[in-house]
Amino acid sequence: MRWLFHFGQYWLFMKRMMTRPEKFSIYWKQFLRECDNFGYGSLGIVALVSIFTGAVITIQTIYNLTNPLIPMYSVGIVARDSIILEFSPTIICLVLAGKIGSNITSEIGTMRVTEQIDALEIMGINSAAYLVLPKITAAMFIFPFVILLSAFLGITGGYLAGTLTGKISSADFIYGLQNNFIPYNVVFALIKSFVFAYIITTVASYHGFHTQGGALEVGKSSTYAVVYSSILILIGDYVLTQLLLV
Amino acid sequence: MIELKHISKKFGDRNILSDVSSVFGKGQVNLVIGGSGSGKTVLMKCMVGLLEVDEGEILYDNRNFSSLDFKERTPFRKEIGMVFQGGALFDSLDVEKNVMFPLSMFTDMSYEEKMERVNFCLHRVNLVNVNKLQPSELSGGMKKRVAIARAIAPNPKYLFCDEPNSGLDPRTSIVIDNLIKEITLEYDITTVINTHDMNSVLEIGDKITYLHQGKKWWEGTAEEILRTDNKELNGFIFASKLAQSIKKVV
Repeated sequence: MRWLFHFGQYWLFMKRMMTRPEKFSIYWKQFLRECDNFGYGSLGIVALVSIFTGAVITIQTIYNLTNPLIPMYSVGIVARDSIILEFSPTIICLVLAGKIGSNITSEIGTMRVTEQIDALEIMGINSAAYLVLPKITAAMFIFPFVILLSAFLGITGGYLAGTLTGKISSADFIYGLQNNFIPYNVVFALIKSFVFAYIITTVASYHGFHTQGGALEVGKSSTYAVVYSSILILIGDYVLTQLLLV
Repeated sequence: MIELKHISKKFGDRNILSDVSSVFGKGQVNLVIGGSGSGKTVLMKCMVGLLEVDEGEILYDNRNFSSLDFKERTPFRKEIGMVFQGGALFDSLDVEKNVMFPLSMFTDMSYEEKMERVNFCLHRVNLVNVNKLQPSELSGGMKKRVAIARAIAPNPKYLFCDEPNSGLDPRTSIVIDNLIKEITLEYDITTVINTHDMNSVLEIGDKITYLHQGKKWWEGTAEEILRTDNKELNGFIFASKLAQSIKKVV
């Protein structure tokens, strides 16, 4: 029944967080700082993972296309749809759950065990709202841009890997990218990134905020945050696909 | 003035505080002493609203604090300053921004006015040229002083200090003690300090409350504590050989 306790506590935490900011200008500064942290701060890892995974998807698709009846441009279609529908919004969000989620939990958890959150409470500040709300809004705002960039870089990586190795012509790949393109897939990817941003930041913040003990517990909370947010992302991925695509 | 009326607090079945009543006067340094696990920290957390009391009332200048919810307590909290055991400075902010933080949150002061107040408070705790240092670059004593500066920045009426001398060398402890005493007298605030430090008890304590097993066991002044025949209190205060020799002299 422990999960039920955490489930209830999570929603109480959400309720406590959704209050009017004490001072909007302070929250705005925090929001911009978090946008920079989550967006610009994640560009390196997102670019690296996207380019190489896009390249691997393309090469593996070419490797598996043994039937001469299947046109070569279908590599572009497969790469495009794999990257836009699944790789960029889901796999990159799993990567970000590790990077950003553990960062949020350790930051808030350390503040909890060193009494910095108590200091905020005593000053009369709603610590949950002050610490967490800017992170959630920033992530939900910036993640869709990061995912769009990831999709662009993934497709570029696939294009470069396919054409530079001579496995597919530039014309075939680009024709594949344009063939039967469904703009709704991009909308679907953005919806997923929006939902996953909420999951990553709230689960990580919840675990950080309810950390008790010392450094060891902060580490444990970070691990729990990454594990639970990853599981919820995978479940959310299935649910959203079922609801919005099928 | 802070008044505690029959405060009780339980964690599960365990009694942490039982029927604690006391009055902490304005312009006085009120010390709460007691061994580890005696309930000092829980009492202070109840007084500042970090924990809720199970029974009893906490009155700030005859205004009931314990019956209010988080929102209703906000005006009270702006009158409260607290110095935590480890300082609890915000890691992401430098010294200047730490002290400025409560001013930025709750006042409409201009940046220049806030800077003036920050520099005044830092100067008051004898810190100069530290504005741009990060908390990680400060010594233990400096952290405590910055924490005091942050606590007094919004002109509080009530100052709470949780073991302000822990982890400090004897000389720095005296500096911190004297600083708290001076600030209490200068601004005529109600100061409550949790401490183990016997030097603080004898040097700055206007009123001393001794907690034992969650109950108020003894209350009196620094002079009275040296002459008390309370067995548990004597066992706590005169635990060391040095203290025992002082007791003999007294």
